[in-house]
Amino acid sequence: MSKEHHVKPRALAHKDYKSSYKPVWCAGCGDFGVLNALTKSLAALEIPTEQVALISGIGCSSRLPAYTRAYGFHGVHGRALPVAAGLAISRPELTVIAVGGDGDGFSIGGNHFIHACRRNANFSYLVMDNAVYGMTKGQASPTTESDWTGSKLAPQGTHQPPFQPLEMALAAGAPFIARAFSNAPNELAQIIREAIEFPGFAFVQILSPCVTFRPEQLNWKKQVHEAFTPTADKREAYLKLLDDDGIGTGILYRAPRPCFQPDNSVPQSLEAIAASFEVE
Amino acid sequence: MNEAKEKPPDDSFSLALIGSGGAGVMTAGQILLDAAAEAGYFGLMTRSTGPQIRGGEAAAVLRLGVTPVGCPDDRIDLLVALDWGKAEYFSDELALDADSVVIADSAEGEPPVWVTDSGARHYAVRLSELAREHSGLRANIIAVGIVGALVGLDFECMKNTIKRRLTGKGSLLLNVIQTGLLASISETESLQCACRLAPPQPQPRWLLTGNEAVGMGALRGGVRFCAAYPITPSTEIQEWLARRLPEVGGCLVQAEDELASINMCIGASFGGVPAMTATSGPGLSLMVEALGLAVATETPLVVVDVMRGGPSTGIPTKSEQADLAIAVYGAHGDAPRLVLAPNGISDCVTTTQWAVFLAEALQCPAVVLSDQFLGQSRTAINPPKDREWHAERRRAPADIADFQRFGDSSDGVSMMGIPGTPGSEYTATGLSHKPSARPSAMPADHRLQLDKRRRKLEQFDYGDDWADIEGDGSLGLLTWGSTTQAAREAVARVCADGSAVRLVSLRLIAPLDPVRIARVLEGIDRLLVVEQSHGAQFFRYLRAVCELPPHTRSLAEPGPLPLRPGRIAAALRVLEMEQVK
Ligand SMILES: Cc1ncc(C[n+]2csc(CCOP(=O)(O)OP(=O)(O)O)c2C)c(N)n1
Ligand code: SF4
Repeated sequence: MSKEHHVKPRALAHKDYKSSYKPVWCAGCGDFGVLNALTKSLAALEIPTEQVALISGIGCSSRLPAYTRAYGFHGVHGRALPVAAGLAISRPELTVIAVGGDGDGFSIGGNHFIHACRRNANFSYLVMDNAVYGMTKGQASPTTESDWTGSKLAPQGTHQPPFQPLEMALAAGAPFIARAFSNAPNELAQIIREAIEFPGFAFVQILSPCVTFRPEQLNWKKQVHEAFTPTADKREAYLKLLDDDGIGTGILYRAPRPCFQPDNSVPQSLEAIAASFEVE
Repeated sequence: MNEAKEKPPDDSFSLALIGSGGAGVMTAGQILLDAAAEAGYFGLMTRSTGPQIRGGEAAAVLRLGVTPVGCPDDRIDLLVALDWGKAEYFSDELALDADSVVIADSAEGEPPVWVTDSGARHYAVRLSELAREHSGLRANIIAVGIVGALVGLDFECMKNTIKRRLTGKGSLLLNVIQTGLLASISETESLQCACRLAPPQPQPRWLLTGNEAVGMGALRGGVRFCAAYPITPSTEIQEWLARRLPEVGGCLVQAEDELASINMCIGASFGGVPAMTATSGPGLSLMVEALGLAVATETPLVVVDVMRGGPSTGIPTKSEQADLAIAVYGAHGDAPRLVLAPNGISDCVTTTQWAVFLAEALQCPAVVLSDQFLGQSRTAINPPKDREWHAERRRAPADIADFQRFGDSSDGVSMMGIPGTPGSEYTATGLSHKPSARPSAMPADHRLQLDKRRRKLEQFDYGDDWADIEGDGSLGLLTWGSTTQAAREAVARVCADGSAVRLVSLRLIAPLDPVRIARVLEGIDRLLVVEQSHGAQFFRYLRAVCELPPHTRSLAEPGPLPLRPGRIAAALRVLEMEQVK
């Protein structure tokens, strides 16, 4: 775990954080807005490209790391958070950001989500929530409304109340919780920036329309509204969520607490450790 | 390597301490082993318990020797029963005969039928009564005194180890221990049994379990990050590393499950920090998807699987070698990886160190197959040397031009860009990709990466450590992992009768080099393949990869009983008599 600070002499523009790869996303997909806002935030924070690592699972949204110029890890479905935690804990000087979709994060990866909130390792988590599985062509996700009949896998609807990411994050102990909209570039970039700067696990649910399987989400543009101002009072945050309609934006909760970090012990040499096996 | 080259014990003594859980048989066993080691003996203590966490039946099975001891013997010289409560659970495990001696607490009445039927000589000894006379002592310590006196252990060594074990229980107790031990020693004068060990040759010894040995090997190899989820019988590796990693600047994370454990290790290793996780069968099953990810993204990583009885949750507290197939093949697609197996407790240090080195050098996951027998047995051994194997990864230098993360090279190993290094930014992906790491579904790109990932493993020069090869003759015995210790003793017994046997034990299970195997099997016309699995996984795997002599037999027995030298020797003798057509 060595510190390898290497600061570039020149300032980087936000396009310098983009790779040469053309995204495979459908034209109009909300994820473009997230990519833009993220690269803008990184440029504003002047973090050198080699100090950034973007970690993802599987899904349309999880393709994002390859479209950036930074280190990236595109792993398996649902496991972005442990990969990000392992990296952030063992290389604390890096800027680690996990990204992905609602299916990836709340369904197959649900257990990791709860424990990432509790563990509070120092990285941020941006979930591009379109309330659908985009990559597998339009099935219901945990955040899908219970009466949505647009999926062939649940043609009568899911009959399950949608998963509440912010409530869950609050209950599980996440110290930074926000919601943003992919088509509100300035507010989104600002929230991402604050998430990156936050010391600890920062969770941002980003409403990011799937224009192909949920075209009605284009209406979000007219519906989203500012709903939260940051509080460190948990009771206040819960009360806000009771009135929440799911498309209110802003930083809901910000209450720093000690990050997960390895214990420091008295250093020992390998020889001294080996000597502990010697018969006295 | 290490104990592998040492000859099997020719002068050893086997004893078992049994009792209900909580009676302190494990503590008594450990004290005896430690005292014997301090006196200069070698020794091994295996644990046998039922599935319950506390209570139930427990046996500490010890074998002490003047030369290194690698496996339990076929029979028990001395059985000490603190009580007969659940003794019948051990009727399969502890073979007594007319030469055996049984000591049981006089308060416990007659031994069970399997004991009396064995013809063993039985003595009722005042274990609990003596303990009561020395308030503060328990019957297990009285048993230690009796066994120590019978075997001829140095009194001071016994006293010292008891003191160390029971520290914190007050200095008053030391007097009690002293007089209690003396009383139990005088009690042995009425016993008629010849249990004495030959005098030892004192020299430096290590006392440790296989699980601790794995931890030490990992540190020597350079592991500085571990994420793990508790599972019997691997947990002690995690516990040992949790304390030791921070001392060398690393850390251990207790993950929420095995999926998280292995993916956290992948994250750390992606960041350039050598990483390891430890688990057992059910955990390995959960890890196979990520194992494939580590293969595809060429992320170095060590996964230690301490095998136990399977399938499913099987027998958590007892040994088997039946995870070989999942270790070699577990993953979808063609996902070649390294699989290694230590062949003894001392070798747990060496093989794990080698696994770290190979994983890093070849940018590939390495599965280390230990098992409950190795992991939870405690042994006194010659200290294993630090080998020249330290994590060394081919890293991209700063500001490299035209960086190709998965670019092909003559040895198939690419340069790895490590976060923090300018100029080699890339996104690793489990998707099929181009040399640049860019995802690709084109057949040529797919094939290039498949070829390169297999080639880098197959072309590497593993040196002489891929197997231990001993002896010569037209009769061969091929085995792997922990079974090697019993196999070596079986070979020694058969050779003592005038036969010549060549023993080959594999340390590198995958990739397997058929040319090398053919070379070591040259001149062998009868071959016995020995393993502890019901489905003969090792035998079938060998047959799929290598040419074996036409007259090859399989001795495959499931756990949880350890394969004993006598069983293997008998199979070798039968094979020797068979007509080769
Ligand atoms: C173990 C496993 N199960 C299923 C899949 C198939 N799969 C790929 S992406 C995906 C869902 C993606 O949905 P979401 O995370 O919401 O991302 P989006 O595509 O909407 O951005 C599924 C089920 C997989 N890759 N791996
Ligand atoms: S399917 Fe939906 S989520 Fe996927 S790229 Fe297209 S619009 Fe975006």
